[in-house]
Amino acid sequence: MGFLDAFNVSRLKEGLNKTRTNLLEKVQKAIHGKTRIDDEVIEQLEEVLIAGDVGVQTTNILIERIRDRVKKERYENPDELNGLLHDETQKLLLNGSLEMVDPSSIPQNHRPHVIMIVGVNGVGKTTTIGKLAYNYRNSGKNVLIAAADTFRAAANEQLEIWAKRAGVKMIQQSQGADPAAVAYDSLKSALANNADVMIIDTAGRLHTKVNLMEELKKIKRVLQKLMPDAPHEVLLVLDASTGQNAIQQAKQFTAAVGITGLILTKLDGTAKGGVVLAISHEFDIPVKYVGVGEKIDDLQPFDRKAFVDALFER
Amino acid sequence: MFEDLSQKLESVFKKLRGQGKITEANVAESLREVRRVLLDADVNYKVVKQFIDDVQKRSIGQEVLQSITPGQLIIKIIYDELVTLMGKTNAEMTDSPIPPTVIMVAGLQGSGKTTFCAKLAHYLKNKGRYPVLVAADIHRPAAIDQLEMLGNQIQVPVVTDRTRRATDIAAESIDQARKGARDVVIIDTAGRLHIDEEMMQEIENIKTKVNPHEILFVVDSMTGQDAVNTAKAFLERLDYDGVVLTKLDGDTRGGAALSIRAVVNKPIKFVGVGEKLDALEVFHPDRMATRILGMGDIVTLVEKAQAQFDEQKALRLEEKLRKAQFTFEDFLDQLREIKKMGSLQQLLGMIPGIKRLPINAQVDDTALIRVEAIIQSMTKEERQKPHIINGSRRRRIAYGSGTSIQEVNKVLKQFSDMQKMMKKFSKGKMPRMFEGMHFSA
Repeated sequence: MGFLDAFNVSRLKEGLNKTRTNLLEKVQKAIHGKTRIDDEVIEQLEEVLIAGDVGVQTTNILIERIRDRVKKERYENPDELNGLLHDETQKLLLNGSLEMVDPSSIPQNHRPHVIMIVGVNGVGKTTTIGKLAYNYRNSGKNVLIAAADTFRAAANEQLEIWAKRAGVKMIQQSQGADPAAVAYDSLKSALANNADVMIIDTAGRLHTKVNLMEELKKIKRVLQKLMPDAPHEVLLVLDASTGQNAIQQAKQFTAAVGITGLILTKLDGTAKGGVVLAISHEFDIPVKYVGVGEKIDDLQPFDRKAFVDALFER
Repeated sequence: MFEDLSQKLESVFKKLRGQGKITEANVAESLREVRRVLLDADVNYKVVKQFIDDVQKRSIGQEVLQSITPGQLIIKIIYDELVTLMGKTNAEMTDSPIPPTVIMVAGLQGSGKTTFCAKLAHYLKNKGRYPVLVAADIHRPAAIDQLEMLGNQIQVPVVTDRTRRATDIAAESIDQARKGARDVVIIDTAGRLHIDEEMMQEIENIKTKVNPHEILFVVDSMTGQDAVNTAKAFLERLDYDGVVLTKLDGDTRGGAALSIRAVVNKPIKFVGVGEKLDALEVFHPDRMATRILGMGDIVTLVEKAQAQFDEQKALRLEEKLRKAQFTFEDFLDQLREIKKMGSLQQLLGMIPGIKRLPINAQVDDTALIRVEAIIQSMTKEERQKPHIINGSRRRRIAYGSGTSIQEVNKVLKQFSDMQKMMKKFSKGKMPRMFEGMHFSA
């Protein structure tokens, strides 16, 4: 597993375990006692996928592909359905996905590596940043956090606590300050202090608020004044319990600031986060991390194979 | 994605057109589309299944009114069913005869509890109450600071204690409220996962200790299929009295509202519609139904057209049209009927398929207001007999309506065009009236 040792892998398994048993049980129930993949199996499979927030459209795509393969490759044994589903689901996530994220290896050609964190309200951006900063610092990186959520009451205070826990520096201004100015000043400081990684927290915003989306664009623009290729990553944080609206979120945030990756939080609940299949497939955006708890080491790199394995283990 | 849904429904409706009764055969296809609409809106799949079955049972055998298509009737049945399912508009809260009334707020992380608490305090304060906020979220970093700042913004005191357990803070706050002559206590609790036994035990303990008069469960309106699980789990532990839907100012269709109503028989009391502290509204089941259906615009149009356009008036008008007696008086009536239905832009948006028309469907409502003003500046006689409106009358009308002679001319011209057009299709039915109405300022 190599760099994965830096993480507490068992927690990932733990978090995903609920996802696995829930879906797996249902699929198994669906195929129990059947000798071939009939309409009923497909129908029950559909239900399982829908129940996992995969969404009608993506479910239909998956089921169509499975139907096709059953036809062409003459799968007759329903036990093979899990394998098939596994395969096709992984293909959805593979589409445009990168390899697993390794926090200890950031591109050599630029310093700092600027990461901007965006998302709607309440998905867990600030917490995720704390965890992310902790991961980078753990692998020996010099990390700086920019507190550009100048809107929400006590956002600075909350982030500051996380920065302390992670043992990294944070740059902030008063509530109500221009977030772009915070980002700009932070990047200046990061450049001056040779920081390896700079993580920018932004205020939660609904993707439908035009002005707030413009504000994000502005943050990106001012960063580019100092560093033309910044931000190097723009990560959209999604709450695993969010339903199909996550697709709209991905769409609008991508249109505004060009999302390069997803972070799926709160996967330690009973929600399955299946909507990332649709997003990854539709927009070619890889899932980079999953959040599986409230502790500082509860952010894990997204391993699509493990994720799909966990969903549809044979 | 959603737009092609309404297109699909439209094509389904097309096939149904001209069939007098809803039968099992013609309802099936519509319901398949409706099922998809509901699933896309994140209504729980089990709830959808049950719901569709119910609607099917209700629909079959229903007579289709002449004015609407069977498809539209099914949508109307679905809409009515949805509204019923989601209960009444109900923001009533239990009020303790001995103050203070204690309200406890619970929910998952990030659902918007803290913001809601502040909004509720603001709402109650505006109603003449004296609320106090209690920061019982000792887990999330800076949650206490956040509530303090929000309390400060709305000038509502906040009880905090950074050294004690949540249960004790909550319990003690009630004494403090009594001493401070506060009549409502709003307790903000930490966000917790319904499967986190330790945390669920904590909130159960708070409940036992303070015995709240009202417990509100806060849920993010963007929640997907899992909404039923969390709503049920919190109900089992807390038996809450009402639900609050947050973040409805986005574009989520909010199917979670229906899912929750279906599995827990508790009213949805408030909805959060923005980040500002006054962005709290009482729940309206009809608006929610429209939203979940997505293409509920059709419902609204059907409903509104049915309600506003009373048959008799329409008949009288048709009679007039046939005899070509349509006057500015009738025109004014028409304008007002349309205004009752909402803005023209909204109205156009409600017409299925309008988005695919090549014409630019941008309509300016102010144009209508000006037209109305112009007609109102006419004398009775002028309205009956527009041909008598000469130059000096035009000047007077322009002056009286605050418009220009050019605008008055334009309206007169459009009116006479309209009269001509109406003669042409005077055999046709009322709704076609709208086709002749093209206005620009």
